[in-house]
Amino acid sequence: MAPTIAPLYSLYGIRKRYGEGFRLDIERLDIPRNGVFAILGPNGAGKSSLLRILHFLEPVEAGELHFSEQRIDYPAPLKLRRRIAMVFQKPVMLSGSVRRNLTFGMRVRKQWHPERFESLLKELDLGGLVNAPARTLSGGEAQRVALARALATRPEILLLDEPTANLDPYNIRLIEHIIKRITHQEGTSTILVTHDVFQVRRLADHAAFMVGGQLVEMGAVDDFFNNPKDPRTVAYLTGELVG
Amino acid sequence: MTPLTEIVLLTLKVSGIALGLATIVGVPLGALLGLSQFRGRSFIVGLVYTGMGLPPVVVGLAVYMTLSRSGPLGDLSMLFTPAAMIAAQVVIALPLIAGISMAAVDGLDQAIRLQLRSLGTSPTQELFSMLLEARLGVLAGIVAGFGGIISEVGAAILVGGNIQGKTRILSTAIVLETRRGNFGLGLALGGVLLSLAFVVNFLLMRLEARWRWRRR
Repeated sequence: MAPTIAPLYSLYGIRKRYGEGFRLDIERLDIPRNGVFAILGPNGAGKSSLLRILHFLEPVEAGELHFSEQRIDYPAPLKLRRRIAMVFQKPVMLSGSVRRNLTFGMRVRKQWHPERFESLLKELDLGGLVNAPARTLSGGEAQRVALARALATRPEILLLDEPTANLDPYNIRLIEHIIKRITHQEGTSTILVTHDVFQVRRLADHAAFMVGGQLVEMGAVDDFFNNPKDPRTVAYLTGELVG
Repeated sequence: MTPLTEIVLLTLKVSGIALGLATIVGVPLGALLGLSQFRGRSFIVGLVYTGMGLPPVVVGLAVYMTLSRSGPLGDLSMLFTPAAMIAAQVVIALPLIAGISMAAVDGLDQAIRLQLRSLGTSPTQELFSMLLEARLGVLAGIVAGFGGIISEVGAAILVGGNIQGKTRILSTAIVLETRRGNFGLGLALGGVLLSLAFVVNFLLMRLEARWRWRRR
């Protein structure tokens, strides 16, 4: 029997309220190590909130979050946070040039990987933008810079919140290509939040479906698409309104 | 050195040191207040905002009583020295710089803070990175602090004593010459004070313009 690989994250009874109506309520979730884990769901399902919790950017009100089988309480140690990088749905550019943005993570860690920097510039077609003011970039350019910035420090875990929303096919292709490469060549564990069912089919190894702050179901990607168990998952995958 | 040069240099020295000290303390204090939530924060914020409107003469009185021979710091023998004037000017400028820095940091999009954390900043790096993002507002606070002390006269006269060659600065010299009826000299000194304030503000604005371009 093959040895079982411990999950990357385990969530037990995670609860958090956001404002008046919305509440994140995840009874149990194991996120496997390695590969792409996709989280699908309609707007307001709690996907982005879950990503922020997985990045230890905000505390929970109840429940336990385990990382590599160790319970982590908020605030998480800086060393642990630095093993994770996230690309937000709306990329936030820091002031200054694209170069400043791309090297920011390395500078706060007092590291410098010029070969990594150069290869990301090339791979994400950012060479011509390196001295441009970051806040003047188009949506697609900013999203590519945000991805390169996140990857510059070689994170073990990459959290992506709708990384290709509203982008043109060229930018989608570039970003999907690099997600595949870093996941399969560099062994990065990627957690991808998206609305795009087809993107999940293209990229993910495992998929989960969330609605109303709750996890509905999850599984290996083939099983998830071929044998969805919950009628809400079936409805979402067939393009019906859920939530 | 002419008496006017002496007065101008002392004005620059007293206000420069006071502005430097108030900036070193006020900017991080403002950033901390802008970024943190704790019990009693609103009380401290209220104190800072009240401090922004402190009348210089009241500050002068408080510093005078603190430094006078019977006051708690009387042993330091600081009264009627430039050091006493610096202390009073720090008290005037500090709340202005801290309050405006706090508002500048507080007004930043919280998404920037999350982004900084996500990029692996330590709490100290986060604080200074947020300050860097809010640098135009912080600079406005420093300019306001400078404006508050370069021209103030109440505190400088009370704790400095307007002693020729020792604690006489431009604003106190203007008061003296006006009292003596030397309105022409008073006006000329006023012109020097205004020019000095303009040059310093112009340099700070040049810095702001450079930062504004870089912020894009």
